[in-house]
Amino acid sequence: MEWYKDYPHIGYDLDGKKIFKPIRNKDELDEFLDKMENPDYWRTVQDKMTGADIRLSDEQVDLVHRLQEGKFGDVNFNEYEPAIDFFSNEVMIHPVTNRPQDKRSFIPSLIEKEKVGKLVHAIKMGWIKPRRPKETTPQYYDLWAKEDPNSILGRHKMHVPAPKLKLPGHEESYNPPPEYLMSEEERLAWEQQDPEDRKLSFLPQKFACLRAVPAYSRFIHERFERCLDLYLCPRQRKMRVNVNPEDLIPKLPKPKDLQPFPTTQSLVYRGHSSLVRSISTSPSGQWLVSGSDDCTVRFWEVSTARCLKTVEVGGAVKGVAWNPNPSICLVAISYDDTVVLLNPGLGDRLVSTATDQLISSYEEPEEVKEQPVQWTVAEGEGHEQGHRLILKHPKAVRQVTWHGKGDYLACVMPDNGSSLQVVIHQVSKRRTQNPFRKNKGLVQCVSFHPIRPYFFVATQRYVRVYNLIKQELTKKLMANCKWISSMATHPGGDNVICGSYDCRLAWFDLDLSTKPYKVLRHHKKALRSVAYHRHYPLFASGSDDGSVIVCHGMVYNDLLQNPLIVPVKVLKGHTITHDLGVLDVTFHPTQPWVFSSGADGTVRLFT
Amino acid sequence: MGGLQKKKYESGSATNYISRNKARKKLSLSLADFRRLCILKGIYPHEPKHKKKVNKGSTAPRTFYLLKDIRFLLHEPIVGKFREYKIFVRKLRKAYGKAEWSGVQRMKENKPAYKLDHIIKERYPTFIDAVRDVDDALSMCFLFSTFARTGKCHVQTIQLCRRLGVEWMNYIITSRSLRKVFLSIKGIYYQAEVLGQTITWIIPYQFAHDHPTDVDYRVMATFTELYTTLLGFVNFRLYQTLNLVYPPKLDGQGEFSLKSECEEDYALESESYSEKLAALSASLARTVPSVEDEEAELDHFPAEGEDLEKMETREKMELEQNKQKKLFEGLKFFLNREVPRESLAFVIRCFGGEVSWDKSLCIGSTYDETDETITHHIVDRPTIDKQYINRYYIQPQWVYDCVNGKILLPVEEYFLGVTLPPHLSPFVEESEGDYVPPEKLKLLALQKGEKPQAEEDEEEEEEEEDDEDDEEEDDQSEDEDEAEDEASLAEMEEKRAQGKSLSVKVTPGKVKPENRMRTEQEEKAEEKRLAIMMMKKREKYLYDKIMFGKKRHVREVSLLRNSSILYAFF
Repeated sequence: MEWYKDYPHIGYDLDGKKIFKPIRNKDELDEFLDKMENPDYWRTVQDKMTGADIRLSDEQVDLVHRLQEGKFGDVNFNEYEPAIDFFSNEVMIHPVTNRPQDKRSFIPSLIEKEKVGKLVHAIKMGWIKPRRPKETTPQYYDLWAKEDPNSILGRHKMHVPAPKLKLPGHEESYNPPPEYLMSEEERLAWEQQDPEDRKLSFLPQKFACLRAVPAYSRFIHERFERCLDLYLCPRQRKMRVNVNPEDLIPKLPKPKDLQPFPTTQSLVYRGHSSLVRSISTSPSGQWLVSGSDDCTVRFWEVSTARCLKTVEVGGAVKGVAWNPNPSICLVAISYDDTVVLLNPGLGDRLVSTATDQLISSYEEPEEVKEQPVQWTVAEGEGHEQGHRLILKHPKAVRQVTWHGKGDYLACVMPDNGSSLQVVIHQVSKRRTQNPFRKNKGLVQCVSFHPIRPYFFVATQRYVRVYNLIKQELTKKLMANCKWISSMATHPGGDNVICGSYDCRLAWFDLDLSTKPYKVLRHHKKALRSVAYHRHYPLFASGSDDGSVIVCHGMVYNDLLQNPLIVPVKVLKGHTITHDLGVLDVTFHPTQPWVFSSGADGTVRLFT
Repeated sequence: MGGLQKKKYESGSATNYISRNKARKKLSLSLADFRRLCILKGIYPHEPKHKKKVNKGSTAPRTFYLLKDIRFLLHEPIVGKFREYKIFVRKLRKAYGKAEWSGVQRMKENKPAYKLDHIIKERYPTFIDAVRDVDDALSMCFLFSTFARTGKCHVQTIQLCRRLGVEWMNYIITSRSLRKVFLSIKGIYYQAEVLGQTITWIIPYQFAHDHPTDVDYRVMATFTELYTTLLGFVNFRLYQTLNLVYPPKLDGQGEFSLKSECEEDYALESESYSEKLAALSASLARTVPSVEDEEAELDHFPAEGEDLEKMETREKMELEQNKQKKLFEGLKFFLNREVPRESLAFVIRCFGGEVSWDKSLCIGSTYDETDETITHHIVDRPTIDKQYINRYYIQPQWVYDCVNGKILLPVEEYFLGVTLPPHLSPFVEESEGDYVPPEKLKLLALQKGEKPQAEEDEEEEEEEEDDEDDEEEDDQSEDEDEAEDEASLAEMEEKRAQGKSLSVKVTPGKVKPENRMRTEQEEKAEEKRLAIMMMKKREKYLYDKIMFGKKRHVREVSLLRNSSILYAFF
């Protein structure tokens, strides 16, 4: 019937004509009314063939119910009748079937005979043996009854026995002392850790009695892991050396035996309102000059910390340098693109006037050469303040440094790729020369050799040593650091130290190698400046961490003996401002004192 | 430069190692068989020093074995057996496929089997070697013996493991070599000293196992195969050293006394016998009837100086050990049904005590609860209805703590319903600077023979004194603080009073009190700091590492100490 669901007919009669579906005169409403009103509606079924409604009789309804419950349709059928065996163990007098017996059940089987014969033959020939009794339990005996030392294989000497498992501590107890239990935070932290990172593989727990202890859920896991360790882990004998950490500390001469060196902060020179970038001492050691970002240069008396003179200049002072020649009283000051030679007029009046005369006695040479720098004589107010000569450079000057004799002055104008980064001025002749046709890299600082005509130029990574007379490169020192910040030359001239922004201080021995003889990583932050003492075997380094470290650096005349480098004192005093600590350090020319200037606007003297 | 150019990776370390896959191919074994062989023969991988060289330039992660090890495996008879077994499986499958049931039957009867005796002999050439390595074997056997007899592994294996475990425990009881016991949350640790070797094993608490799915039971079964063989031979030899009959038999008297009891509960006589053995309540039969309590006197050798001292300490140790062996001698225990019977019976019998339990609990009980001579009744419930006057009712921890403390501890702290003192691990040996729990200190004092009560009082007093001191200090510091505050206030006031007057002022200088010691110390510290600055990079790294470890240790110890003080107060 379902096939004709969508058609108007419900099949075909014998003549092949369609039998149309009975016309159904009941609509939904009639259906509903019928449902509501007819009490026999539930037992009424529609005959799809005729379309008539049939009311099921009581028997029919009962049958439907039985079938639904999975019972037999017939009420009288008994499904639990006692079973009667057709075949039973009882021997009947009559056969079950009437079939006559086969012939083969009377005569012996030839095939069987053949098989038995074969087996008998095999037994006779000894091919088939009786079954061996099966060993169910393993047999143990004294395996080591004859211990033969010769039978031990060579490999046993190499054998590494598996390490035993670690024995449990108090925290594994079922009833540990309360301090071994984890607090709530520790427990949370433990749970968040990776299982590999955990220090304990389990959570310590406390149970009131032994009865309450549950099974450990990871017991089989742990045994299995042990098994895996036994056959999968590479084994190795590791010699654990018990090092006494005290033995690792090198034995150094005691700082006490290396005195004198500065030990305490004794004076603070206050007055600058901004960072003090550069300081320098007079050759006599009586005066100190400091240049700061507040566009002033101050002159101090070393012994009293009095500011004797303040000179205002037109920009933040980058560098100051006192002429090392004791017969000339001249200070070079660099700010912006200008270098000013200034006569402070301090100390001996004779020296001061001699200096003035020296400068004013200059006569213009006949043939004027084109110079990269413009020399002008200061006049008027500047002259009164002490300005004597003003040198206008094409670029900003970062560092000024004097030659030991006090006639030559070197200036650094860092600019990558430019040919004019270093200029050397001769004050007496007012002449400027550019010693290098081409500069490789960014020049950081320069310095004159104290005795010989050498000139050190430090770029970012290398220090180049030039011979000024032969006009050639003699050496190139590899500093092994990222960015050199400062450099100082030993008064003997054979040793150079370089400070770098990556916290290192490299000590070079020029006779030995182009690589650092020693690299010191004492500071926590970038080194800003380094300095050698002129007489004492001391050098100092100032860093952004606000400390000045003074080291004993003894250089022996005997070439075979290595220099002795020992840190002797860490001097702290400067406060760190804007992440800058100590910006410049310099030694007193005669005393074992060290000056340091810092970003906090002070200059400090350590004695 | 003459000669042929040397090819890479044809000599040196590259030829000494072989990767796992290559080794497997060389032995022509499947991975499972290779694993089995490695487990049985005790071959483990090696970590080459230069992995890249050995790996012929590649950096792929690979497991390497020593070529020598693999060559050693080549002529192992077991490998042949493995192949035979493989063929057997193939034949069997074929027979199954053809439904040749008689053939299947026959083949199953002739299933190839192998023995591991020679491997044991080869891996442990001397008996002591074997005893030294028996730790893992014991733990594994005891674990397997607790498995249910369905799935996971063969019933025979479980039975064998159980049998070997019982044999071992019986040996430990007879030789009285148990030293330490520890109830951990994982299971019960036992430590025994057998022939001078310290052997530790763990037995899980008696619960059904929740078998994890991420564990390869085939590996465990292979290990167990090896371990059962090893343990069987070790047991045999150990029984021989004590003149005991192997396989163990119960002593004549014990057998007689046990015979009368619930024999009918067991279907097989052999089963009931093995259960009786497992009950651990009766002593074992000896081949030579031994004279008990005959101890070999230590011969005294004339010795001097350090040797003498060593000798003395050794004698002392010996004496102590003998005393410990007889710890429970003369005591009669009765176990209530809720306590772990096997463990307690084992421990008590190891130290010479007598033990029994309810008849219905397990076979092998020797006396009833009503016995008047019972001295200790071990109960693990808050109260018990019927109490006998002339015995102590104690919790099971007492037994274990006594064993670890090597003395009979006062029972008061272990009575029913009393909060138990913490159970400490006997395996921890505190060195200097380590944290020692207060309970351990108490135990040490007890061992020295001090009275616990007085000691406690003293401690308390001390603590009180400490508190007072602390308070006083606090007071002082507070006073100081106040004084400082006042001083600063005064300064402020002065400043106010001065107003706009010059801040520069001449004040009389003060003499700074100089602390000699302190300055000296500071100097030394600075010297050290400076010296540390001059260390080489590598040494500095090592030094920092050592110092870090030390500091961490100190921190942990102080944390424990602080929290213990905290718990002591609240």
